[in-house]
Amino acid sequence: MIHHDLIVVGGGLSGLRAAIEAKQAGIDVAILSQVHPGRSHSGAAQGGINAALANDPAGADDTWEKHAFDTVKGGDYLGDQDAVIKMTRDAPGIIYEMDHWGCPFSRYEDGRIAQRPFGGAGFPRTCYGADKTGHYLLHTLVEQAYKLKIKLYVEQYVASLIPHEGACQGVVAYDLVRGGFEAFTAGAVVIATGGAGRIYSNSTNAIINTGGGMALAYQAGVPLKDMEFIQFHPTGLFTTNILMTEAARGEGGYLVNGLGERFMERYAPKSMELAPRDITARSIQTEINEGRGVNGQPYVYLDLRHLGAEKILERLPGIRDLAIHFEGVDPIEAPIPIVPSQHYTMGGIDTDANGATPMPGLYAAGECACVSVHGANRLGGNSLLETIVIGRLAGAEVARYLKANSHKGPDARAVYAAVEAMEKAVNSLAAGSGTEDAYALRAEMTVVMKEHFGIFRDEPTMKAGYEKLTSIKERLGKIGLRWTGSVFNLDMIRTVELEGMLDVALAVAAGAVARAESRGSHYRTDFAVRDDVNWLKHTLAYFRPGEIGPRLKSKPVTLGPFEPQERKY
Amino acid sequence: MTDVTFRIRRQDPRSKKDPEPRWDEFLVPYGENLTVLDGLFHIQERLDGSLSFRYCCRASVCGSCAMYINGAYRLACQTNIRHLETMLVTVAPMPHLPLVKDLVCDMEGFFAKYEYIRPWLIRHSAPPEKEIPQSPQERKKLDMPIDCILCGACYSSCPSVWGEENYLGPAALLKAFRFEVDSRDEAARERLPLWANERGVYRCHTIMNCVEACPKELNPTEGIQWLKKAALRRRLLRRAK
Repeated sequence: MIHHDLIVVGGGLSGLRAAIEAKQAGIDVAILSQVHPGRSHSGAAQGGINAALANDPAGADDTWEKHAFDTVKGGDYLGDQDAVIKMTRDAPGIIYEMDHWGCPFSRYEDGRIAQRPFGGAGFPRTCYGADKTGHYLLHTLVEQAYKLKIKLYVEQYVASLIPHEGACQGVVAYDLVRGGFEAFTAGAVVIATGGAGRIYSNSTNAIINTGGGMALAYQAGVPLKDMEFIQFHPTGLFTTNILMTEAARGEGGYLVNGLGERFMERYAPKSMELAPRDITARSIQTEINEGRGVNGQPYVYLDLRHLGAEKILERLPGIRDLAIHFEGVDPIEAPIPIVPSQHYTMGGIDTDANGATPMPGLYAAGECACVSVHGANRLGGNSLLETIVIGRLAGAEVARYLKANSHKGPDARAVYAAVEAMEKAVNSLAAGSGTEDAYALRAEMTVVMKEHFGIFRDEPTMKAGYEKLTSIKERLGKIGLRWTGSVFNLDMIRTVELEGMLDVALAVAAGAVARAESRGSHYRTDFAVRDDVNWLKHTLAYFRPGEIGPRLKSKPVTLGPFEPQERKY
Repeated sequence: MTDVTFRIRRQDPRSKKDPEPRWDEFLVPYGENLTVLDGLFHIQERLDGSLSFRYCCRASVCGSCAMYINGAYRLACQTNIRHLETMLVTVAPMPHLPLVKDLVCDMEGFFAKYEYIRPWLIRHSAPPEKEIPQSPQERKKLDMPIDCILCGACYSSCPSVWGEENYLGPAALLKAFRFEVDSRDEAARERLPLWANERGVYRCHTIMNCVEACPKELNPTEGIQWLKKAALRRRLLRRAK
């Protein structure tokens, strides 16, 4: 048993920033991460991070209030406005802080941080480092974590929480390198494990983005919020769904269909390619569905050729490399085949604006959490912002909690029971019949999510999808392990995590079936308009042990200065 | 064009039953976009659940899956079978590193050296209210070293590392260069003694294996040479930077 005051699960931007804040407040903090923190999926973020710095002449009158309005409108009014205001007001400060810590942002001639236009704003508000902003931010925070000597336990797969009398007292983790399960006890736990993109077969996400942290909290009784809101990024590579940044369009790239038309003119004549992601993704999918893909194929082109080699090499070198390596296309010479691809989970563990969940001692930050700042559709550049702003707030909040509750030690019996439960679960999987193939079930689930809970949704399709997920969950009892060795057992991790993935998928599905309106990324052809009278509210999904899907409840949206109005771009 | 043969070096050094290395062969169906990483997943999911390897982003930015593939350092995710121009793929862990299992190397020493050179921006002056100004020309000097993904390929490839276990190696020194060359960094003597010695830059004999090994096409040797010049400038000419 290992004890720290605070355990942070996940070493991406949110987890690192929360740990840094807690450490600076004098808390003994450790990070547990499935991969070395520098390998976290935050590092794959490309385009940038939003803050109203007003550094660009075209955005000289930018303010955090405008940023807040764009965020609320972009999220189709489902975001909690108090949290959005907090995030956008803190944004410039955290950008300067990241600069002071060495983050290599791109620069203007006068030495100030450069900004580029992104969807939903229409002028340069997005700070960036070429098209590798996430990589630069991530390494900057990893460096700070080393500087502060924050204890890192790397390659730890966190398998369960240790609950005791309704509070969270730590986690049980499988140590990949040493082998075996170990209890890490703590006065509080922050979950910062990122999104659940891999429940879809067509995700831009890293392979480790399986929603593991969401499942931990959910199965421990904490609700998941607004899970039906899944963002499809307009531009993933056709064959691999690898991300092609929104910055490609921010820098002037075109979306072109098989007829050679810049079709966004039909859908968002004012914003064109820089309409918010939900609208742009639906537009592309409509072109494809109506037979205007390229050469009869289900993709359209992202065309950067007119930007010229110099601009592409300076501003978009990363996606050029990716297009060459993974699609065999050099964007300087040819247009890039792209499709909308699952990209982001707006929903997540129900938290307040300080990352606190309803469970005492349990906090969450970043993509795995739902504050909600993104509402029904996240704006590009707001995700990196959320990770750092909310990560910091969560770190400060959990430090306050720990100082107020320092007398509580872990309960030995609860710790023992949690480790034993985990070992028992693995032993029973090892003894499982194996008549069902865990990897086939996983593949089946991801295709169901893509085809039944995709960009366009309707009741019969979704209900059929829900039935399929139900059947998969029933068959889950018949899977087994193929290898029971102790060191770096991928078979064990990937088999164990499947149940959590399926529970998260069912929460997405249940929320989507229930929400009889179209809002942001959740677009229903059978309820094509937003319904503020009945549905201006958050969905809460509660795990039901022994049942297939969740019990749904709702809670009101925190409104504020911005009155809901129709979204036009 | 039917199957690709994957020849994989297997070893579970901690196994009591069978700790010795061996080569296993697997057949993986060929597809136009098949990568080495896809092939490893195919094997792990369908043919041999005991196979171990690192993975994460599958888009060549996280640095998890550096391996020794057909005689060269490559990222498994970035390596398309098509580009290997052979249907025999030989996959081994990065050589000269301690082994955890199969294709997984022990990276603890690598990260200990990273930590040792103080890889963070060092400042003495009070932070300005806004950003620290940096011209595009100054910022351009960072372009190469900041793209390092800490995959370890350069470190594994370097004969100077093989011969001296305390040599910091190309990755840690590239990181030192990344900060020493940053116009915002104000380190005077905080980092210099750590890298300007026989376990640091002077152990580099410009063999340049690191340059060839780097899957991101970076040039650690160039950074190390810059550091050697900087050490002279700062020690002999008593320059601050």
